[in-house]
Amino acid sequence: MTALQKKEHNPIAHLSDQDIERLGVELDAIRDQVISTRGSSDAAYIRRVIKVQRGLEMGSRAVLLASRWKPAFVVGTVGLSVSKILENMEIGHNVMHGQWDWMRDPKIHSTTWEWDNASPASLWKHSHNELHHTYTNVLGRDNDLGYGIMRVDEDQRWSPFYLGQPVWNFVNACFFEYGIAAYDLEIGKYFKGKKNKEIFQRDLKKVGVKIRQQMTKDYVVHPLLAAPTGSWKQTLLANYLSNLTRNLWTHSVIMCGHFPEGVETFTRKSIDGETRGEWYLRQMLGSANINGSRAMHIATGNLSYQIEHHLFPDLPSNRYQEIAPQIRDIFNRYGLTYTSGSLPRQVGSAWMKVIRLSLPNHLAAKFAPRPRKAAPVPLRFKTAAPKADAA
Amino acid sequence: MTPPTQEDRVPAWRHHAFRIARAATTPLLPEDYVDLFNPLRSRTHLRGRVVALERETSDAMTVLIRPGRTWRDHRPGQYTRIGVDIDGVRMWRAYSITSGPRTDGCISITVKAITGGTVSTHLVRILRPGQVIQMEQADGEFVLPKVLPAKMLLLTGGSGITPVMGILRHAATDLDDVVLLHSAPRPEDVIFADELRDLAAGGHVRLLQRHTDTDGMLNPAELDALVPDWRDRETFACGPAGMLEALEAHWHEAGLVHQLHSERFRPALTEPGEGGTVYFTGLDRELECDGARPILDVAEDEGVIMPSGCRMGICYGCVLPLREGAVRDLRTGEVTTASPGDGVLIQTCISSAAGRCDLDL
Repeated sequence: MTALQKKEHNPIAHLSDQDIERLGVELDAIRDQVISTRGSSDAAYIRRVIKVQRGLEMGSRAVLLASRWKPAFVVGTVGLSVSKILENMEIGHNVMHGQWDWMRDPKIHSTTWEWDNASPASLWKHSHNELHHTYTNVLGRDNDLGYGIMRVDEDQRWSPFYLGQPVWNFVNACFFEYGIAAYDLEIGKYFKGKKNKEIFQRDLKKVGVKIRQQMTKDYVVHPLLAAPTGSWKQTLLANYLSNLTRNLWTHSVIMCGHFPEGVETFTRKSIDGETRGEWYLRQMLGSANINGSRAMHIATGNLSYQIEHHLFPDLPSNRYQEIAPQIRDIFNRYGLTYTSGSLPRQVGSAWMKVIRLSLPNHLAAKFAPRPRKAAPVPLRFKTAAPKADAA
Repeated sequence: MTPPTQEDRVPAWRHHAFRIARAATTPLLPEDYVDLFNPLRSRTHLRGRVVALERETSDAMTVLIRPGRTWRDHRPGQYTRIGVDIDGVRMWRAYSITSGPRTDGCISITVKAITGGTVSTHLVRILRPGQVIQMEQADGEFVLPKVLPAKMLLLTGGSGITPVMGILRHAATDLDDVVLLHSAPRPEDVIFADELRDLAAGGHVRLLQRHTDTDGMLNPAELDALVPDWRDRETFACGPAGMLEALEAHWHEAGLVHQLHSERFRPALTEPGEGGTVYFTGLDRELECDGARPILDVAEDEGVIMPSGCRMGICYGCVLPLREGAVRDLRTGEVTTASPGDGVLIQTCISSAAGRCDLDL
């Protein structure tokens, strides 16, 4: 992909400033509608998910105490993997977004939540909520575009380093939680001398403490507890496999959010003086959804509704599914493409891009996928004068 | 009075066991898992279970509560703050403890459903035995002095009878000379009516009842006729704000303020306005905020170092606790209010002041 502003066929050229503002008003109305109906059933939902996750975790860890017996090892490992995925995705990510702050429950609040992950909540909230969600897909501003180790857009300059990016991406997938911690630390920025040394050292200490606690739990305490039954090795392995499974899963889900074909990127200048309507529009075009079952949606933390999540990052995740048809309708009416596909297709598309863009643009172009079919522009826009260059 | 810490009370082996349990449950606490089975055992969050409900009048209910294990008991006359989730949102209000001496460790509060009162209505109409509620340790200075006064006057209005009942149930037999002057709209509105009559019949109190629908509100000037020796009495008053203000003025005039103990049982409600003074408690600094701009912007313009993030209401990097007062969400117009002790967390980047408010910074 190329930054939207440089494209030959600008997919938003048919929208006037008034159209974009009207789109913003429509989206605000959807947001208000959800907020005004937020209530006890939503609160019951998140409490139920938390209860199920903690019960599953306790149960799985209990089963692992006897993991020298194969069936216990398998059941415990699967249970612990599912529990760790739920904890990071449907619970941790969403609670730290402030999706449940409205309940005023200090136990389920963005300011108090800490998650089962190498990256401390405070660092993650800064780099994710503040930078990524504000500057979504803006080249040079949103580091989620390749995490600083990959080139995922033609408009990111190629260097020989990127030849290895399929490997970097796979390694990152296997150790994803540490990748997130390193990313949240802004290590790259620090080595370029752009990050305050004191702040970096303070953050580094936080990450060190967090990793030590996580490691002690998974690789020391629980194996020791399983030692009396002679299951310490199996328990250690089960914890490792659960963390690995979660790393691979979350990495895949997150790649699907912004890397698949069809997702647009934006130039740095394009967001100068951006209105609320334009911000919404950028979120709509800069994200991609995943189609699938209810279980898949929950396992992704409803990030399978990435478009809805990026439009309204602080609405309760259980509501994204409900508003998705309305959002899709807005896409249709405004002649915009709602990028969505099955999990294998989106993961494949994102990986293809990582592999393809490891090559310089002139070589990568040879393998360029056929563009997905663009949404038809509704008749009422066809007569409208094309919008002046948005950049 | 600080409670003994865990370390003081528990033997060393248990202390080590806790450390291992914490290491096994990080980033959560062991109690987060215990909560799945018994929410009353929490060390950090005091909770209680509703044991029974007993109707007092058509709109008042006594709630018998078994407090969690960290409950430190109360002194008669004190209140506890009760938190319940209403439409998914946790809301807190203070209620006087009305129970007398009990051996089972339970306490009771007595709640009158107030028109438009979200929490009181919930407690009277929706709450059911078995449900878990949030609590705080008992607090308040509306208690008997160590040396019991020889002569007392109790002045109560409506549900202002509740802390007084808490006191009488514990101390009625120890007090020699008590006059209780209680006001309620109609006879059927009197909470604890039978028990008050029994106390009077037993000679423990001299009971004067006033029904304000027919007799009008009590005018402090009438006290000379009703309780001629009121000036000699240690007086405890609890009732609506108007009544307490009139009494305080009267006692002040008589130069007897030191003899008057009063308890406000309903916090002054903030009338949400357009803009207002924001007081930063930690900085001891006041700022005038208009109703159109986010508190964050106004504060930063005035040089206050504020936590901030996306500045558009999505990242929650700017959240501060609202101790008291009201703010308005600039996007939706929704007003959020907080009473003392609430500490409602608000996003300063999209909230404007809607009246005076105290923010923790």
